[in-house]
This record gives sequence, structure tokens and C-alpha cells, in this order.
Amino acid sequence: MARPRLGAGGQEDDLNIVVCVKQTPDTAATVTVENGKVTWGDAPLVLNPWDEFAVEQSLRIKEAHGGKVTVISLGLEGAREALKQALAMGCDEAILLQDPSFAAADTLVASAALAAALRKLDPLDLALFGRTSVDSDTGVTAAQVARRLGWPSLTLVAAVVAVDPQGRTIEVERMLEEGRQQVRAQLPAVVSVVKEIGEPRYPSFMGIRKASKAEIPTWSAADMGLQAPSPAVTWPALIAPPRVNTHCEMISADSPGEAAAQLVQRLMEEKVL
Amino acid sequence: MEFRISDEQEMVVRMVRDFGQKEVLPIIREWDRRQEMAPQILPRMAELGILGICVPERYGGQGFDYLTLGLVCEELEAVDSTLRVVMSVHMGLNSLALLQWGTEAQRQAFLIPQARGEKIAGFGLTEPGVGSDVAAMASTARRQGEDYLLNGEKMWISLATKAHHILWFARTDLGSAGDPHDGISAFLLETDRPGVTRGDIHGKLGVRAGSTGWVHCQDVRLPAANRLGEEGEGFRIAMSCLDNGRYTVAAGATGLIRASLDASLRYANERRAFGRSISGFQLIQQKLAVMVQSYEAARLLYLRAGWMKNAGLRNTRETSLAKWYATDASFAAASEAIQIHGAYGYSDEYDVERYLRNSRGAMIYEGTSEIHQLMQAGYALGTRKDAQLRCELPAYDPTYWRAPGSAPAGRRTT
Repeated sequence: MARPRLGAGGQEDDLNIVVCVKQTPDTAATVTVENGKVTWGDAPLVLNPWDEFAVEQSLRIKEAHGGKVTVISLGLEGAREALKQALAMGCDEAILLQDPSFAAADTLVASAALAAALRKLDPLDLALFGRTSVDSDTGVTAAQVARRLGWPSLTLVAAVVAVDPQGRTIEVERMLEEGRQQVRAQLPAVVSVVKEIGEPRYPSFMGIRKASKAEIPTWSAADMGLQAPSPAVTWPALIAPPRVNTHCEMISADSPGEAAAQLVQRLMEEKVL
Repeated sequence: MEFRISDEQEMVVRMVRDFGQKEVLPIIREWDRRQEMAPQILPRMAELGILGICVPERYGGQGFDYLTLGLVCEELEAVDSTLRVVMSVHMGLNSLALLQWGTEAQRQAFLIPQARGEKIAGFGLTEPGVGSDVAAMASTARRQGEDYLLNGEKMWISLATKAHHILWFARTDLGSAGDPHDGISAFLLETDRPGVTRGDIHGKLGVRAGSTGWVHCQDVRLPAANRLGEEGEGFRIAMSCLDNGRYTVAAGATGLIRASLDASLRYANERRAFGRSISGFQLIQQKLAVMVQSYEAARLLYLRAGWMKNAGLRNTRETSLAKWYATDASFAAASEAIQIHGAYGYSDEYDVERYLRNSRGAMIYEGTSEIHQLMQAGYALGTRKDAQLRCELPAYDPTYWRAPGSAPAGRRTT
């Protein structure tokens, strides 16, 4: 049943949207392990590319229905850059979630922190995520947040078909291996998007100006009423994948048949066949 | 001394780089071969706000500073010179002239639509028979009551067939025996006026994905209100425009050096010869090192010129030096990039041959390399001095640039 509510802009249709983003190394970076720590050298950190699609989708919903988009990120000081990028694209406000207890966050810790932030921001209509992050690549944070909040979890969303702020519903297309699945859910809901949503916009110059001046508040675990969570998964040791040395061997023979025979011989010697 | 660019400028750079790499890089070879400008380029640059980057917000622009203009030009030319050429003529040679010399009415009528990208702007100085010897121009503007009657032809005009407005220079000292430098006036010409004809030039060595052409005026009637500055002030206006146009050329050529360097680094790491990566050979390394040196020096030179513009300091000498150095160095870098690529660099399978062709024109337009050498020698010898202008380019004032308002921007010195 529709419940009367007022969104951020004071209009009944206005939607209160949160988009959760992460700062990650650039996909072009070479990630390796040095002295037991993950490193990507001096490659730049960027807004997780999947999250750009989530920002894009949240802005499109806002443009269609009015309302407000708040971008939040769990991370270190550097994550402010990712938040600024989202502000420059058009998000209205940004919040950085930062606490010593988040330092070695696994997805359980991350989802607990994000869910606490969403509760603090309630009343909300939608929380959007990218399908995964390019660094840890677990792809489960959105679903975990939905579970913690008791909201519907709409993952792998390729298109938002309709949002009905009055009827309090959202209809989306999910991208499955078997095809597309059309799903309707009650608001508030968690939505994680795939790249079929559409190309993310560039930041606008006016957005860049706004973002560079933006004061981004920091919320600690205590600010969100969260007991310092402890991770279920830790990384006791990190090792770089062994280097694979390849060498090329040319087979020359007088006839194709002879070459094939030699090739088979070599493959058997190498125990490939 | 602050050598770091601001977070805001960093974000602008990233945005313009993304635009170039996503939307232009994948199609540029095809349009270069066709010798046509891709039709979406100007509308997209307008939509993204690039065409008004350093114009005050009150005049329809984005309110960034002159340094940001340079940084944008570097990014654009790292993809293709034709993108930067747009900024040189639309912004450097025309829109900034309106900011510097225009009356409030002229800024309202011309600068606002240009900064918004609704109108494209060009610059008409060079003629079929007149390049470096500007004062010898043959185009005329004959006063008739409240109008001028324009006749003449301009040649090698960037965006000739795209521009809605052209800053047009013509003689108004008809029949006078005075100094020809004092006989030129500047006009804001709308290209849809009766008597204006124009066309593109094909068969150019470079900037083939751009529009370069000719514009002809046959008895074109223009109201006196379209004259920029005073009668006889045209030569000084033209030279002041070049201080801004050359700045964009310098910054762009710096981007071209970087593109040559990046392409060379990639290829040198991929290509193997004599059983090892060619990046291990000292003669290849030397070429890379020289490109690094050129890039850094060119960048520092144009950033200094931009800093001076921001501060409202006259920068004719510094801009000329930046332009001369960067354009010569970009040609050398592109040539060495081809050498590193070997035979592949000679074909358009790789971008470096386009870099070489695109770099060459900038050693001719906006002051040939020879003109810049004469200027630099003149400054060094003390035989050349910059006279103060009636209107100088206004210093960058973020409060003014970023506030909606209506006060005039020009810094009148008299």
C-alpha cells in the first residue's frame, strides 16, 4: 500500500536515492604483491568502473522523478576522490564512512557499515551499487546490505523499466545467463547494476566546480551507532602469482606431415597429449 | 612557486581526456582519411562545455582560468590536432578577443552564444597573398553611413565552413598614405550575411579531420556596431588575439609531444629486435629521453604563459617562446616516433604518421617559427618592446568569473 511521504525536495514524488561506491585502482594498473602487501605502483585510483554505472542510473532516476542522490563510500581519505568524481557527475551530497575498525573490511564489515549508514539516512527509496568492484571482485556487498536492511535485492540489473514513487514499486530487467528477467519489487530496494544500464556521463564542468568545493562529512562507526565489526575473512598471507616463463620453439620440417609428427612428439614429451 | 595543478583542474583534464579517448580516438583515422570533420565533434564539444571553458559564467562560459584552457588544449591535441584547432580559433582567437576588446553589447550578442557553443567562431586574418606580412592585407571595409561594406578574401581559415561568426580584419585607411599598421580594423562578421561565400580546402598535409578553408566577402554590408575596437586598431587587436591563439597552439603541441612519447614507449616495449626489446637499445632510449625533455620544457613554458595570463601580465614574449619551442619540438618528436616505429610508423596503422603531418602546420600558422625567432631576438636585443594596449586581457578573478552578473569584464588601461 502506498504510504504518503515527502522526499528530499518536499515533493511527494521526490526520491531519496543513495549510491554506494568504492575507490579502486585503475583497471589498467598492474596489481602485484610486494613485501606481503598488495600494490598497484603509482597507478591512479579511480571510482570503481562498475560504480560509475550505478551513479549514472541513480542520476537518471533522479532526473525522471526528482529527488536527491547521496553518494557514500567506505574507505580511506583517498576515497574522497571517488566521491568527488560522483559529485562532479551530478550527485547532490557525499559522505565518507571511515573508522579504524573498517581497516581490514571484508564484505561482512563493509555491508554492516553501509547498512548502518543507510539506516541513518532513512527514509530512503533506493540504494544503488555497481555489480562488483574491480579490486576484490566479490560481487556480494549489495546483496548483503539488502539482507541486513530486509530490503528486496535486485542484482545484475541491466535496465530500470519503471519506478513508481506513489505506488512504492520498482520494475527492472535482470541480466541472467538464460536471458533477461523482469522483476517488480517494493521500495525501498537495493539495486546493483551491470554495464548494459548505459554509458556513464562525464562529469560536467559545473559539477567539477561544485565537487572541488564540496565539504564531505565523515561518519565513524560510532556516528552510525555501529559496534566495531570484525571481519569473518582475513588475509593472513598474500603471494603474487608465480611468474610464467614462456619460450617459443619453431618446428621446421620438409613436409607438413613430418612437421605434424614432430609436433605430436614434442607435445607428448611435454605431457600435453 | 606552485607547480601542482589543482584538484579541479585535474578533474577537468580527466574529463576531457575521457571524451577524446572514448569518442574521438576510435574514429579519428577514418575521418582523417576522408579529409572531413566528424559531424558530431563540434556539437559534443559544445554540449560538454569545452567551447566556453575559460569564459566567465556571466557570458555563458564555465568560469575556469586560462591555465585550464591550456591543460584542455594539451589533452585535446594528444588525441588529434583538429580538436585543439577548434579551441585555438573559437576560444583563443575569437572569444577571448571579445572578452578583451568587446563592448558589453558585443559580448552579449557574440560572446554568450559562442561560450555556450550555440555559435562557432573563427578568425579571418590570413589572405591568399598575405601571411606574416599582416599590414599588407588587401581586404577592405569602406564606411557607408552607419555601415561598412566588406570586400576581400581570407585563406587558410580554420572552421571556415563551420563558423557562424568570424573576426574579420580589413583595411579602413583607403587612399591614405599613413602607416599601414594603423589602417586596419577588426569586424565581427556573421557568415550568414548576403555576399559571404566560403569553402573547404582539401589535399592538406595534416589536420585532415578538421575544416580549413577560404571565405570571400563581396559587398557584404555590416553595421558599424559590428566593429571590434576602434577604427585603425585592427592590427593591435590581431596581435593580441595571437597572444591567446599561440598559447593554445603551444599547449596543444605539448600534448602532441606527449602523444608521440606515449606511442613510442608502448611500441619500444612491444617490439623486439636482435633477440631483445628495442627499448633496451641506447639509440632508442636517447630518442625517448629527448621526447621527455621536450615535453617537460614545453609544458613548463606554456604553463608559465598561462600563469601570466591569470595574473594579468603581458605575455607576448613568453607565449611566443612557448609556441615556437613546442611546435618545433612536436614535429621533431613525431618524426622520431616514426623512426622508433620503423616501417609501421610510416603507415596509418599507427597514429604517429598522423602526429607528424598534424604537427607541421603549427610551425607555419600563428607566426611561423621564423617570425618567433625574430621576435625572441628582438626582445633579447632590446629592439622589440610591447606597447601597452587600450584593452588588456583581463586577469583571472575567480569571484568575477564564477558569479552570474552583468558588470563588464574588460580591463581598460586608458
